[in-house]
Amino acid sequence: MVLDVKPANANFVFRALADPTRRAIFEELTRQGEQTVHALTRYAGVSQPAVSKHLTVLKRAKLVRHRRQGRETHYRAQPDALAPMVDWLNLYGAFWRDRFDRLENLLERMDK
Amino acid sequence: MTDTAPTRTLVIEREMPHPPEKIWRALTESSLIQEWLMPNDLQPVVGHRFQFRSTPVPNWNGIIDAQVMAVEPHARLAYSWGTLGLETVVTFTLTPTLGGTHVRMEQSGFRSEDTPEYKGATYGWRNFIGKLEKVVGGLN
Repeated sequence: MVLDVKPANANFVFRALADPTRRAIFEELTRQGEQTVHALTRYAGVSQPAVSKHLTVLKRAKLVRHRRQGRETHYRAQPDALAPMVDWLNLYGAFWRDRFDRLENLLERMDK
Repeated sequence: MTDTAPTRTLVIEREMPHPPEKIWRALTESSLIQEWLMPNDLQPVVGHRFQFRSTPVPNWNGIIDAQVMAVEPHARLAYSWGTLGLETVVTFTLTPTLGGTHVRMEQSGFRSEDTPEYKGATYGWRNFIGKLEKVVGGLN
């Protein structure tokens, strides 16, 4: 399966979502749609500079997109950026190969 | 011709130095399946609904809903495999060989990421992340 995503982007995505607060912000955006930085700050329960920093990391991973309107910046989720993680064929390929190893191991232990 | 979205198939094949009858037991006896795959309540009866239950992680209850679709003793076993909004079919085929058995596992029904459902879906992303954490955790 060919994915239209460079590995470097996948690294950004993994790193961005490794942090629980960033993950919470991203999840909130997928649930609620577009949100202002103020609204996200209220939701996240951390300072606004901290939220802005998290949003910068999410933006670099292309997980969020922003637009300015007056004095407010609005953010929305870009779930397409998660594509490197939902490569089901690769995930299940690794899964089944591991399980086949275990199956062979079990067969060795079973009575003939 | 069908009007369904394009899907992909995963195939894992391996030659095992054991007779089909023995491998069949490992594929169809619940306690043996648990030893190599996952805790489960499978019964090798067509139509039987069962679950695989793996360790829950945040945003994923660890449950795979399944239903037996085909049972041909010592030759073929198929069941549906549904979790995280992904519906696939898992089929094991056993073919005797000189030194043992050729084991083929086919998992079919993976949706192409080009389908509109994929592009438009947002509701399940939290689950995907939970799944990711589980997979990454399993990699050490």
